[in-house]
Amino acid sequence: MTPDRLRAALRGVPDPQWLDAALRRVATEPAAIPRFFAAAARRCGRGPLPDPPGWTVDEAARALLLAALPGGHAAAAEALYRHGDAAEKRAVLRALPLLPIGAECVPLLHDAIRTNDTRLVAAALGPYARHLEQPAWRQAVLKCVFTGVPLAVVDDLTDRADGELAQMLAAFAAERHAAGRTMPADATDLLDRLTTTTEA
Amino acid sequence: MRIFDPHIHMTSRTTDDYERMAAAGVRAVVEPAFWLGQPRTSVDSFVDYFDSLIGWEPFRAGQFGVRHHATVALNPKEANDPRCRPVLDVLPRYLEKDGVVAVGEIGYDAMTPAEDAAFAGQLALAVAHDLPALVHTPHRDKARGVERTLAVVAESGIAPGRVLVDHLNEVTVRLVRDTGCWLGFSIYPETKMSPPRMVELLRTYGTERVLVNSAADWGRSDPLLTRATGEAMLAAGFDDDDVDRVLWRNPVEFYGQSGRLDLTDVDAPAPTFAGNSILRGGE
Repeated sequence: MTPDRLRAALRGVPDPQWLDAALRRVATEPAAIPRFFAAAARRCGRGPLPDPPGWTVDEAARALLLAALPGGHAAAAEALYRHGDAAEKRAVLRALPLLPIGAECVPLLHDAIRTNDTRLVAAALGPYARHLEQPAWRQAVLKCVFTGVPLAVVDDLTDRADGELAQMLAAFAAERHAAGRTMPADATDLLDRLTTTTEA
Repeated sequence: MRIFDPHIHMTSRTTDDYERMAAAGVRAVVEPAFWLGQPRTSVDSFVDYFDSLIGWEPFRAGQFGVRHHATVALNPKEANDPRCRPVLDVLPRYLEKDGVVAVGEIGYDAMTPAEDAAFAGQLALAVAHDLPALVHTPHRDKARGVERTLAVVAESGIAPGRVLVDHLNEVTVRLVRDTGCWLGFSIYPETKMSPPRMVELLRTYGTERVLVNSAADWGRSDPLLTRATGEAMLAAGFDDDDVDRVLWRNPVEFYGQSGRLDLTDVDAPAPTFAGNSILRGGE
């Protein structure tokens, strides 16, 4: 994902002038971003974008605002996340892989994964989660299974899933089985794949 | 019957309540910031509470198909504690949020000078952020409290049509009805207002600018009394359109003045994934 692609996707928003002006303003006056960031959904909309798939208008607009800052992206992302409502927090998480930052914003992933808001848990497992340490990443994947978040949201799942995750999934499947309850199909598929790989 | 509860403290209710409310026709709520029973002692506990009102609580409501908005303010009671008053400095941040549709609850508890200052200052914030104001009226010395409330509102310069004066009764409604402010009634099992009394007030004063809420909190209260009031209206000869006006269109019109009320797909399934832990009983 790139800012250019999001920018192209947002050409059709109801009030493109507002977004253009906001982007110009934060590029020269970074301190102005909180108000624009808060207002972006009501000014641009909240619906899903046809492309890129999986993005909503407000997430894309907010990600662009963050990317438009002249510098200090990690500090700005943290402040906007800490002071954001749930949708703003989610937009920050979606924006992280687009920003010129290192692993500084991993604490935001920890915060999001700690919540029980499935939208935040899902958003924390995008491409930026490559910076997330493996034990925390496994716990987050298991939390997805536990709370019914589709595993399709987890970036790089196939390559990153390991034997330890397979053990955790198997133990969870045993608990569910003992309780007479089912596992989500995508988790069963993942467990089957991991078990097959291990045995091969 | 579609119901918009314009004043209900969902933080103090269980998921069972959300289920029963949704089944009774409640599709949207506004949760005003208020005190927490136990007095707060720092700004940080307000911040966590406000974050919950624009984060976790709307998510929780969404599990049951209920759209949740909030009002944010320093409440009158805690305006008297100097440790809490600096929360006024963090309010502007919250008054820009999508889910915040008014400044509130503001107004009087014991009518102290500290409450005067917080009330006037927050009416000014409502004007500055282009938001309506939800005004609590005191439970003790109520009539004089309402008179003083209206004087402060008039002095603030906020348009009366952007002010909801809440917790009214047979005595105090007479003071407010000609001011242009909206009239709020909190229906409780025993105290502030009851469904039969509310029906009598609607007969006398009509349905214009009248809002009915359950205000449900930790005290003895019932989040289904909005529905009970709608049914009492029908039994007394009001028609479906009257009920819809009081229980849906009036709150939509009042809070809609914020420009932030989002009721799209309000009765469609919540934007979440199936099988969330709350629905599954927090296993």
